[in-house]
Amino acid sequence: MNPYIANTEQDVRAMLGVIGVDSIDALFADIKPEHAPQSFDLPAGLSEFEVMERLRRLAASNTTVLVPFIGGGYYDHYVPAACGAIMSRGEFYTAYTPYQPECSQGTLQALFEYQSGICTLTGMEVSNASLYDGGTALYEAMMMAIRVTGRKKIIMDGGVSPIYRKLIRSYTHNLHIEFMETPIVHGQTDRAAMFSLIGNDTAAVIVQNPNFFGVIDDHADVVAQAHAAGALVIASVYPVALGLLKTPAEMGVDIVTGDGQSLGLPLNFGGPYFGFMATRKAYIRQMPGRIIGETVDAQGRRCFVNTLQAREQHIRREKATSNICTNAAVCAIQASVFMSLLGKQGFRRLATLNLDKAEFARQVLQKIPGVEVKRSSPTFNEFVVRLPSDAADVVEAMIPRGFAAGFPLGRYYPGLENYLLVAVTEKRTKAEIEAYGVALAEVLG
Amino acid sequence: MKLIFEQNVPGRQGFKLPESDVPVNASLDSKYLRQDAARFPEVSELDVVRHFTRLSRLNFSLDANIYPLGSCTMKYNPKFTEKAAGMPGFADLHPLLPQLKGGERYVQGALEVLYDTERWLGEITGMKAFTLQPLAGAHGELTGIMLMAAYHKARGNNKKYIIIPDSAHGTNPASAAVAGYQIISVPSDKKGGMDIAKLKAVLTDEVAGLMMTCPDTHGVFNSSISEISRLIHAVDGLMYYDGANLNATLGRCRPGDVGFDLVHLNLHKTFATPHGGGGPGSGPVGVTARLEKFLPVSRVVKRADGSFALDYDRPDSIGYIASFYGNFGIILRAYAYMLLLGGDGLKATSDHAVLNANYLMHRLKKNYQVAFDRICMHECLFSASRQTALGVHAIDIAKCLIDQGIHPPTVYFPLTVKEAIMVEPTETESRETLDLFVDAMIEADALARTNPAAFHDFPRTMPISRPDETKAAREMNVNFFAPTA
Repeated sequence: MNPYIANTEQDVRAMLGVIGVDSIDALFADIKPEHAPQSFDLPAGLSEFEVMERLRRLAASNTTVLVPFIGGGYYDHYVPAACGAIMSRGEFYTAYTPYQPECSQGTLQALFEYQSGICTLTGMEVSNASLYDGGTALYEAMMMAIRVTGRKKIIMDGGVSPIYRKLIRSYTHNLHIEFMETPIVHGQTDRAAMFSLIGNDTAAVIVQNPNFFGVIDDHADVVAQAHAAGALVIASVYPVALGLLKTPAEMGVDIVTGDGQSLGLPLNFGGPYFGFMATRKAYIRQMPGRIIGETVDAQGRRCFVNTLQAREQHIRREKATSNICTNAAVCAIQASVFMSLLGKQGFRRLATLNLDKAEFARQVLQKIPGVEVKRSSPTFNEFVVRLPSDAADVVEAMIPRGFAAGFPLGRYYPGLENYLLVAVTEKRTKAEIEAYGVALAEVLG
Repeated sequence: MKLIFEQNVPGRQGFKLPESDVPVNASLDSKYLRQDAARFPEVSELDVVRHFTRLSRLNFSLDANIYPLGSCTMKYNPKFTEKAAGMPGFADLHPLLPQLKGGERYVQGALEVLYDTERWLGEITGMKAFTLQPLAGAHGELTGIMLMAAYHKARGNNKKYIIIPDSAHGTNPASAAVAGYQIISVPSDKKGGMDIAKLKAVLTDEVAGLMMTCPDTHGVFNSSISEISRLIHAVDGLMYYDGANLNATLGRCRPGDVGFDLVHLNLHKTFATPHGGGGPGSGPVGVTARLEKFLPVSRVVKRADGSFALDYDRPDSIGYIASFYGNFGIILRAYAYMLLLGGDGLKATSDHAVLNANYLMHRLKKNYQVAFDRICMHECLFSASRQTALGVHAIDIAKCLIDQGIHPPTVYFPLTVKEAIMVEPTETESRETLDLFVDAMIEADALARTNPAAFHDFPRTMPISRPDETKAAREMNVNFFAPTA
């Protein structure tokens, strides 16, 4: 019995009669015996509550009780109840891609509002309606810069997430793109190294702010240098930090991307999240993904449609700006709910809380003998500390004490084994931060 | 309806943040700070809830409407799977936890979900190994083509071309092009299948592989599939299976058994995860044994003691294609769906999907030109050619259906059929609902004969009538804060 199939035996007989065959098998006559499955050995179906028991057991064997000080681009922010409540409406999550605007105005207007939210957040002129996630959005931005400039050399700042750099390398493996990576100094972009590489063959410079080490930078001078050479600048940003930080638009950046997880989405073990992308209006026709535009209907009423579809794969096929079709619409709408709930004042306060709590944590940690808190450059809500021993071992020892103590940098940076990346969001209380300090002192002592 | 930004009242707040409990007022050098705050709306929580609730009511959705969208498999999304995805033991899990030293210990449940899902998808498709990392169908296609390229590179093959039938989805040629290949399009024959003679004519040693759905986008199962596989393999090409139409053949035919080397599936089609108004999706990729070593890192593995781990030590891998382990929340829904249905339930799914499609085709063939007059699989393809002769086009019929509470079928796709109307009812619709759709289509045909001019005003019952798409594209007003004319 399958509750998701409505046809009864009577229905089946009647429908076969209309078709003029005597069995369902007859409808599969084009599938010859030579095409038959060699095996189809799957478990028997279960009832809801049997499946729930199994899921409860699996969920219980995951550890979610640790107090998280781990970030790396994905943060333990609070998700307001109204976010989940609105997104559990079937009218949003069981809708199709809004190709038929008359019966999709809800999704279309919500995505238009999302685009506007991303624009005011980043300061940019235009945004698309979302991409898969932050990493793939950065890859799409790089391909876009190559299309805009007709050049193939990419300079990547060493502060860009090592995960993003790895995936960009895999995608471009066969595409004859020249990559250069520049180091960081005192946690920030190495200007001397960067400027010596920027030339008339550079398609784009890619930076991240705050970067993977949590360090804040003002890339206006990098932008000026790149623009003088005819290159674009792409910035991957952390949206919550933009509650306070100079916007990429104020720095003159050309394409902005990032991961939207921190805008009201649960961590979900890596997804679904969404990627955002915003740019200058002049480059809109080279932007990948769906774009929602305002227009009017036959009676002159304001309404919203998918626009500039001539960029997209379902129209242009192999000549499209990207192969992307599905994006992450419902996640983007959830982020729009989040941005609306927080509002102008609340969003700034959220960023300030993150900044203050992280600063407090730095003060607590730097009092611990043997811990060196890096202070050479400003940070937002994540920072690097140097420990007297291997950070991976320290983090492991902190787990029984109830803390996910941070991310050991040695995993992606050979030579930085003693360095730990610590994230502190608005959810961490003074008591938790102090307890973390006590536990760390014990582990190191 | 007003935009949320137009409901702005300075001073209003929609969410309460805690007072800071730390004795710190951090400050940053002003050169790092933005000049003006982001202009998010100042509204109350009720303003937000009411706004988005009202917006949601402007949508058609599967929960309220039939979506007979060809090649999109808009089947019912069981409520249970939503509940599963929201369980805190999964939803609150940080993706970097397993990358800590010994960190796999803390995510055993999640890794087991991934491991079993990979195994079951392998059994369903006849593939040796799966990666669940691709974040959507087109992302799976790109991953698949990258795997193809890695295979040919390892063999020292010099390949330039990917063959794609003219009836394919636009993502197929776009994905192959993004990965650096050139496209050769092969036409279909009169029965809707691939034209074998024309395929042979373009086959050379420079062909990397062929991408196709099976059944194809004409709703036809290609009985020559084994021969096509033999032809492609003879030039050391690879057979790529686009899983868009897997809902037709569960338990009836596995791509791995008819010569396909790689597949991508759309969990948001066959495995009932929600479409979300255009995402997030999930596009797992499966491969045969000879391609397994190229799969992206990380791989989920089961150790001898029965515990699960992530393997990053894969020297032949194409590398990272996503930041983490895929759209885990979507994979979890598909996992729960497979547990609920089991093997028999999955097979029944295809049986009834195909039954429903053939029923629709037979009930409508008097009124609408059938593109290929034969048994169809899970979708049936019509042409509005008779109605077009009266001045009523496929799009007009589509808009007319909206007034009946029916989401239009896919129109003008595939490109191989003029005025195409492609209908995929799925297994979850009842006979009564199918009959409602048939009645609406027959009424539309009758109206086309009596009053074709009436179609220009459809739909009439929606919040808006037909939008001016040209104005949207010309003015490019895509941001409330920067309207331009």
